[in-house]
Amino acid sequence: MILTPVATIGRSTLALLAGIGSVSLFFFRTLAAMLTPPFYFREFAQALITIGYNSLPVVGMTTLFTGGALALQIYAGGARFNAEEVVPSIVAIGMARELGPVLGGLMVAARVASSIAAEIGTMKVTEQIDALVTLSTDPMKYLTVPRVLAATISVPILVAVGDSIGIFGGYLVGTGRLGFNPAAYLKNTADFLEMWDIMSGIIKGAVFGFLVALIGCYHGMNSGRGAQGVGRATKSAVVSASVMIFAANYVLTELFFTA
Amino acid sequence: MIDITDLHKSFGTKRVLRGVTLNIPRGESMVIIGGSGTGKSVLLKCILGLVKPDSGTIKVDGKDVTKVDRDAFLADFGMLFQGAALFDSMSVWQNVAFRLLRGSLKRPKDEARAIAVDKLRRVGLGPEVADLFPAELSGGMQKRVGLARAIAADPRIIFFDEPTTGLDPIMSGVINDLIKEIVVEMGATAMTITHDMSSVRAIADKVAMLHDGTIKWTGDVADLDTTSDPYVKQFIHGAAEGPIAAIR
Ligand SMILES: Nc1ncnc2c1ncn2[C@@H]1O[C@H](COP(=O)(O)OP(=O)(O)O)[C@@H](O)[C@H]1O
Ligand SMILES: [Mg+2]
Repeated sequence: MILTPVATIGRSTLALLAGIGSVSLFFFRTLAAMLTPPFYFREFAQALITIGYNSLPVVGMTTLFTGGALALQIYAGGARFNAEEVVPSIVAIGMARELGPVLGGLMVAARVASSIAAEIGTMKVTEQIDALVTLSTDPMKYLTVPRVLAATISVPILVAVGDSIGIFGGYLVGTGRLGFNPAAYLKNTADFLEMWDIMSGIIKGAVFGFLVALIGCYHGMNSGRGAQGVGRATKSAVVSASVMIFAANYVLTELFFTA
Repeated sequence: MIDITDLHKSFGTKRVLRGVTLNIPRGESMVIIGGSGTGKSVLLKCILGLVKPDSGTIKVDGKDVTKVDRDAFLADFGMLFQGAALFDSMSVWQNVAFRLLRGSLKRPKDEARAIAVDKLRRVGLGPEVADLFPAELSGGMQKRVGLARAIAADPRIIFFDEPTTGLDPIMSGVINDLIKEIVVEMGATAMTITHDMSSVRAIADKVAMLHDGTIKWTGDVADLDTTSDPYVKQFIHGAAEGPIAAIR
């Protein structure tokens, strides 16, 4: 059939629009659940630990190596027009504005969106979500709100920590391999880094954290039946959370840095 | 007390409930029988609002369930799910006491735990089980913990979805007695799904047979053996021949 590709495009477009619609609806339901009592504090505290604290090692390792690699690249690139001394400031600006939040967000998407989707999806297919309802507990308030709030609060903190570790990675490579003077490296970093560089990255982190947890919960709550359904929900959660991070990153960068 | 009128529910093209009409009087124990996959669990879930019916009405105490305050409505219910549906992130006693640890029925932790241990004892589980996690229990034990959770807050209306499936005959007997006791002692209204004919005879006041999306027969448990209804006859004798197809 000649029209098959057109039909496929049409069908995927419709599916995409339906998906956007139902995620938006889920977003508003989450907000509504957030603004009405009860608030499950224990679940929130638990989520802070599993989402935030337990992500520290991965985010730290990722940004440490990336900071180091960035220093090498900028040094090599800078050497082409005799501007090797920009390494400290570009590493710091690059980490704070872009790489800290994006890499932090992606690592959290891989770690957290998947585990949230798998956990809630399993609860869904084993009727635990139904059981919550019959025990007079709203699954949106009990499961979604604590995770979304915890991610929105903890990912910016992860980003701030990741920024520092990334800059430290650049410092290690800069002073150890590239012959920078340690004191000069630090001074150069501090002189050129502006508050807004850091803040913009942290705001990005909050948005990414929110998106990752929301998408993880959404796919879990809408998981298909059986083990296969949970597997698919987990995969979709990681893929769509990652894509959403890149898209949101572009939009936020436009907003923040083009005047 | 529970009045179901002309209830329809389809999943995609699959028509599961096709006009179920059923009345369960207050304080009675109604048992639903019927082949697997005929929509018995879906029927219970419709009453609880976990599944949205396509059409038809469900009234509890004369009030349409879609128009009542959900929290107050659900506070009257206890439900044992077919697969127990225990929360695997918390220990057995916390599962049983879930309702007693939060929300309007919240009480001190020791008190909630004491109630949980007592309910566990009633379903034949010792206090040593209280601190285990659901994953450490056998299927039959999970089922009994689910039962303890369903009765923990002394509900007025209790639904049991296959309470004795997967239990040995002695434990089935214990659970049957318990269900009967809950209905008699607490004056609760019960709706039980089961395939187990000894269970039916032990706990039912009334029996309804669900097949092909409708109630084919309903009557007192005493009439079960004398009815000429071909569906019921085939079901209680477990015959391969009859109006109920073996392949469905
Ligand atoms: N959420 C659902 N989505 C799609 N189909 C469902 C769903 N729940 C139940 N069904 C289908 O409805 C039918 C009746 O299921 P159920 O009520 O669980 O049967 P049983 O009488 O054994 O309890 C089955 O064929 C099942 O596949
Ligand atoms: Mg069933």
